[in-house]
Amino acid sequence: MSKQLNLTLKVWRQDSKESAGRIETYPANNIPEEASFLEMLDIVNEGLIVQGKEPIHFDHDCREGICGSCSLTINGIPHGKDRGVTTCQLHMRKFTNGDTIWIEPFRAKAFPIVRDLIVDRSAFDRIIASGGYIDVRTGSAVDANSLPIPKADADSAFDAAACIGCGACVASCKNASAMLFVSAKVSHLGHLPQGQPEREKRVLAMVRQMDAEGFGNCTNQYECEAACPKEISADHIARMNRDFAKAAAKEALV
Amino acid sequence: MNALSRCLCSYWSSSIGKKLVVALTGLALVLFLAGHLTGNLLVFVGQKAFNDYAELLHHALHGAGVWIARIGLLSCVTLHIVATIQLTRENKAARTPYAFDATIQAPKSSRIMIWSGLTILAFVIYHLLHFTVRAGNTYDTYVDAAHLANTGLTRHDAWKMVIDGFSVWYVVAFYVIAMTLLCSHLSHGVASMFQTLGLRSKKSRPMIAAISKGYALLIWLGFISIPLAILVFGFGK
Repeated sequence: MSKQLNLTLKVWRQDSKESAGRIETYPANNIPEEASFLEMLDIVNEGLIVQGKEPIHFDHDCREGICGSCSLTINGIPHGKDRGVTTCQLHMRKFTNGDTIWIEPFRAKAFPIVRDLIVDRSAFDRIIASGGYIDVRTGSAVDANSLPIPKADADSAFDAAACIGCGACVASCKNASAMLFVSAKVSHLGHLPQGQPEREKRVLAMVRQMDAEGFGNCTNQYECEAACPKEISADHIARMNRDFAKAAAKEALV
Repeated sequence: MNALSRCLCSYWSSSIGKKLVVALTGLALVLFLAGHLTGNLLVFVGQKAFNDYAELLHHALHGAGVWIARIGLLSCVTLHIVATIQLTRENKAARTPYAFDATIQAPKSSRIMIWSGLTILAFVIYHLLHFTVRAGNTYDTYVDAAHLANTGLTRHDAWKMVIDGFSVWYVVAFYVIAMTLLCSHLSHGVASMFQTLGLRSKKSRPMIAAISKGYALLIWLGFISIPLAILVFGFGK
């Protein structure tokens, strides 16, 4: 028989985008410690449904840390305090019997709450649409390795491409800034030869869309890289700052 | 609109561009601090060295030098403050608060930047009234007696002004508090400057953190050494 936990949950409940939210308290009893955090919520929800109550609404999809759907700010930290994991990869063995766990949505003005713990992250989609693409010719596939790419650039592009767009960077930032997300997207394409033709246009468009969405400004505290489930480095932000400064000057002067 | 003003507008109206203004004006102020400290430390060399330096500052470019510096510094301070207040207001508007608030790694100094900054502003105003405008004191009447005896020329005795100014305990207390907040402001600000200017990378990251903390400490120790030497150890009396 595996170890079981009895916990108290403090959960943000909000009926709709317009209504006022509140913190409600729920017991979470007999939770097996090998359950994931989302499975724990499933168990609590089954109990609520049996009692004829509205279950707690939360986002989830792949449950293996790759889709970027699950969110949840757990005890004030997006995806919980473990480094490099999403909420679905967080296991209940990380908690102690009798713990009180605060569960809130990924908060930011630019991420309006849809219901309970579900937030609308479509601001990220609009930022991607503004510049997160490359122009390629259609037709037969290009020969593999026909474009030489320095190993360090390929590695850095790959590190940035690990971003799953979950929004933990925004949720953890003291200013709800989206700089880590945007810089990861800018760096991912900007490191590669295929991304060069739109490099300047991309950074200008994506930063302007980011500003228009109402995210805050980066104050270099790096809460984002600590909260990022893919451990993307804030060095990408420095690179984006450099790219933006050059591109904005060139756009106006050249 | 010409190309240059279009360029400046595009910087000012974007988050990254406005931060660049903060970083560049910050850089100017950081470099000013190093110069100001070096000059001030001449107080330990002696009355003649310090008053020679004060005279040099006031007579550079036939007296225009000091005004060029003042106007330059005032513009930097104004831009730095206007930009950071606007950015801070946007930041407050963007963040919806958590019921359970937690911080993962942001140091305290980075979280009180606006308050350490505004306290330093209050200090700078007081500091200018104290030693530059010399309001509410008689420092204007101080004459460098040794210089008068040697050359027959009258000049202001800035050295004695510093000694007398720092002989009052509550003045010294305010200076030390302000310098401590300046140290906190610099420990985050100097490193941030590199990041915003895009000069921070995986390799330079530890070096920049060390430069930032080291510079903040150096400025703090340098500036508090003068009032403490005078008040606590009776230097110059």
